[in-house]
Amino acid sequence: MTAARLLLATVVGSILLFLALPIVVVMVVSFSSATYLTFPPPAFGMRWYTAYFTNDDWLRPTWLSLWVAACVVVVATLLGTLAAVGIGRLPGALRVLASALIVSPLIVPVIVAAIGIYYAFARYGLVGTPVGLILAHTCLAVPFVFISVSASLAGIDPRLEQAALSLGATPSGTFFQITLPLIRPGVLAGALFAFVTSFDELVVALFISGSGAVTLPRRMWDDVLYQIEPTIAAVSTLTIVLTVVLMGCAHLLRKRAPA
Amino acid sequence: MEVRSIGPAGTRQVGALRSWQPPMPLLAAPLLLFMLAFYAVPVLSMLMRSVNDPAWTLSHYASLTGDTVFLKVLSNTLYTSLTVTLGALVLGYPVALSLVRAPRCAPVILILILLPFWTSVLVRSYAWMVLMGRHGIINEALLAVDMIDQPLRILNTPLATRIAMIHILLPYMVLPIANALRQIDPSLARASSGLGATPGATFRQITLPLSMPGVAAGVLLVFVLALGFYITPAMLGGPREITLSMLIAQQVDQLNWAYAATLSAVLVGTTLAIIAAMYRLPGVGNALRMSAR
Repeated sequence: MTAARLLLATVVGSILLFLALPIVVVMVVSFSSATYLTFPPPAFGMRWYTAYFTNDDWLRPTWLSLWVAACVVVVATLLGTLAAVGIGRLPGALRVLASALIVSPLIVPVIVAAIGIYYAFARYGLVGTPVGLILAHTCLAVPFVFISVSASLAGIDPRLEQAALSLGATPSGTFFQITLPLIRPGVLAGALFAFVTSFDELVVALFISGSGAVTLPRRMWDDVLYQIEPTIAAVSTLTIVLTVVLMGCAHLLRKRAPA
Repeated sequence: MEVRSIGPAGTRQVGALRSWQPPMPLLAAPLLLFMLAFYAVPVLSMLMRSVNDPAWTLSHYASLTGDTVFLKVLSNTLYTSLTVTLGALVLGYPVALSLVRAPRCAPVILILILLPFWTSVLVRSYAWMVLMGRHGIINEALLAVDMIDQPLRILNTPLATRIAMIHILLPYMVLPIANALRQIDPSLARASSGLGATPGATFRQITLPLSMPGVAAGVLLVFVLALGFYITPAMLGGPREITLSMLIAQQVDQLNWAYAATLSAVLVGTTLAIIAAMYRLPGVGNALRMSAR
């Protein structure tokens, strides 16, 4: 019994080490003083962070990614929340079809979505533009908003809305004063998911960012393939910190949400 | 707190707006139109190139059966997904078990699973490049203990892709299995050991069978996600390790749209067929819905 437990603890411990190791190594390497990737680093320093923060070739894609992600948050959260509220009142068959359309980006392999979007956006003249990226990333991000808000809506006691209506509140008054405050954690969590989805997205960006709208992941990809220097480790560490903080907030919001 | 504020606000609006019903179903319309215009129509019109290029034909699909490049890439993709799924299952089950069984360690385990889960696929694939490179930690460690005298070539091999994909997909295996394990009534295990079963027998005859819906959900998620992987094989696998996604991207670069569309239809069709088949298994649909929360 104890031997079995000890064995399980050892096995699980090594698996968890396997999970954590790559992230830890990238963070350590980002503080390396060496000009090439080596572990352990010969000495530590901030030179790769300095290299990142002083190079416009890195900063421009960073601002574009942040800006695109911010726009995606606004559009995806608005459209996704409205749809989650409205879809429950659609007749049965239409509701199934509409839900399938909305969550399909989670199921269809992203490479297929990416080349389909590239195929059409080339005709719409949207390749190489930030607007194209915002439209495409919104499609990929909106299922997370929709699912998060739908879960929050399902957790609401319907008697609260009924009580508001029977006390004389209008349907829209009920929505803004009862429903919306109750689903707010779900909406916020969805917005954070949407931000991270857009900020981290690479496959669609590979096809449609062209040379006019290079995002941060696209810039990292170009560098990974052509030169291996620790600047990417510094950029990776910064994005890990940003996304983990945002996703951690989303996780806590959803745990607090009525589910 | 919110409830208290509705009384006055509601009564104020009674006269003017009581009869107005917001057209609720229409709230879904903006998103549906948006997704049709920028997602569904683009993808479907691209897929149509597989049957209407240059005229209505099924010849693109017919020629796949004799296409040795396609068959090799397809079998490589399926084989990679299969090994990754098995690897994730073998590593994921013990982690899920300890996540549920060791409440004191659970927060630490959950954080160690979620931190990499929240990091982008690009960054994690890059991390594996750093680990597996010529001067990476793996080679340096093996050299230091004199197990090898030359750096090993790990990067740009099928093994590199598979290790990184297991790492990236492991949370999708652990979370549904942990959910299924959490659903098991603990009194069943108590009854089993009270009736004289050893812990091993209780695990084999009670815990393992009852966790199967979670296992099936995890296997489904990991296999389907692995089928469509692009970034990791493109970065870590060698030029000979081509997956279906890589072949599709290559064909688009060569503006070979009919072929790319046919391959895309095969990839989507395989994905949907696997989901449909697994969804029919008892408990899997429920387990998937649980893990979507």
